[in-house]
Amino acid sequence: MGADIVGELIDYQLRVNGHEHDVAEAWLGENLLYVLRERLGLPGSKNACEQGECGSCSVLMDGKLVCSCMVLAASAVGADIVTVEGLSAGENELSDVQAAFLAEGGVQCGFCTPGFVVSVHDLLEHNPDPTELEVREAVSGNLCRCTGYGRILAAVRAAQETRQE
Amino acid sequence: MTVFVPACLEEAFDAFDKCPDAQLLAGGTDFMVEVNFALRRPPAVVCLRKVEELKGWRLEHAEVVLGAGITYAELMGPQLSDLLPGLAQASRTVGSPQIRNAGTLGGNLGTASPAGDSLPVLAALDARIVVASKKGRRSLGLDELIIGPKRTTLGPGEVIVEVRVPAALGSQEFLKVGTRNAMVIAVANVALVVDWAGQSVRCALGSVGPVVIRARDAEEFISSRIDWARRTLTDEGDVAEFTALVRSAARPIDDHRSTADYRRHAVGVCAQRALGRVLADHNGGTWEQTSWAS
Repeated sequence: MGADIVGELIDYQLRVNGHEHDVAEAWLGENLLYVLRERLGLPGSKNACEQGECGSCSVLMDGKLVCSCMVLAASAVGADIVTVEGLSAGENELSDVQAAFLAEGGVQCGFCTPGFVVSVHDLLEHNPDPTELEVREAVSGNLCRCTGYGRILAAVRAAQETRQE
Repeated sequence: MTVFVPACLEEAFDAFDKCPDAQLLAGGTDFMVEVNFALRRPPAVVCLRKVEELKGWRLEHAEVVLGAGITYAELMGPQLSDLLPGLAQASRTVGSPQIRNAGTLGGNLGTASPAGDSLPVLAALDARIVVASKKGRRSLGLDELIIGPKRTTLGPGEVIVEVRVPAALGSQEFLKVGTRNAMVIAVANVALVVDWAGQSVRCALGSVGPVVIRARDAEEFISSRIDWARRTLTDEGDVAEFTALVRSAARPIDDHRSTADYRRHAVGVCAQRALGRVLADHNGGTWEQTSWAS
């Protein structure tokens, strides 16, 4: 069934990291990134460009990697959303990809890191043994202005090797 | 603002009955930028993400019928890239994985940007675009749907439903010029289709005019010069004439992305390379071995 959402400020529910979250008295034009950060207390996804260029807001929506800034939050009702917070086993644990970023020096200012981590999780989920070209293509929608990408590519390779062990 | 999330076309049409000024939302990759930057605050949005009839694709005789909601990522899948290689090539040049997972073919048509990457391919394939409203359906050519930069002939309450293109037609190439490989809006893009059975070449140019341009003179000229039995050009000098005709078909402008002069140059180079690759493929070589396709 389709859902009609009417009215200036509305309440709805979003399924994020396996839990239903109430979104109360939201403006309907809000994008998913804003709702995640400002209403649901999930600030892992970062806000930089708000136009799909930088990838720092990357999330998985129904298993597909997307920029959450380009998703109308109210249209995501019923979708399964996974943010960077949902990738590790527990609140104080790192996912294997996050651990590889730390170990390989793939993090400098850290702002782009959550987006990269989500993209790399998505890549390794679908392609456990990517070539370097495939890795570069998989992160081509994520911008980093600190590292020059070398340490990030090394981190992806390290995560890939760890998973194959 | 009202957001409708219909599950089928009938519900989408009902939404337009309630809010005739509603804005259609497909993948959101253009629309949400405008909302985020407060350039647009439409009274109502009809989100097409869940509309069942717009999903997927099917083969009908010799035609591929693409649901308007098909994403660029889906167009790059193994089966569709065999059936529609030019469209798969174009899809690969769009944005990033994130954008290709969200952006749709119907959205590219509805946005009607002069730089839309799928559009030259659809023009070169003589695609038919089916639009529907409560009143019924009609089928349009690309030049009947898109009539100016971001201007379409879609009527109130009309939704782009599907795109019909011939399956595995001849040889297809798509080339694009931009400042990097990912996340780039085309400075110029070109689609070339060579229909070996029909003995015709179709060449469409994007980002070099208010709408996609078919380089008809160039098409006719090169079609008359190809040795169709041997699938080759007898006089390689014809390539220069083909390129010149492509360049003169372009109607580019100077803007923040490039200059008219460069765009005219770039479409010529792209069309020449596309032709070189197609002919080389059919002579057992690689395109680099065709001396003029450099």
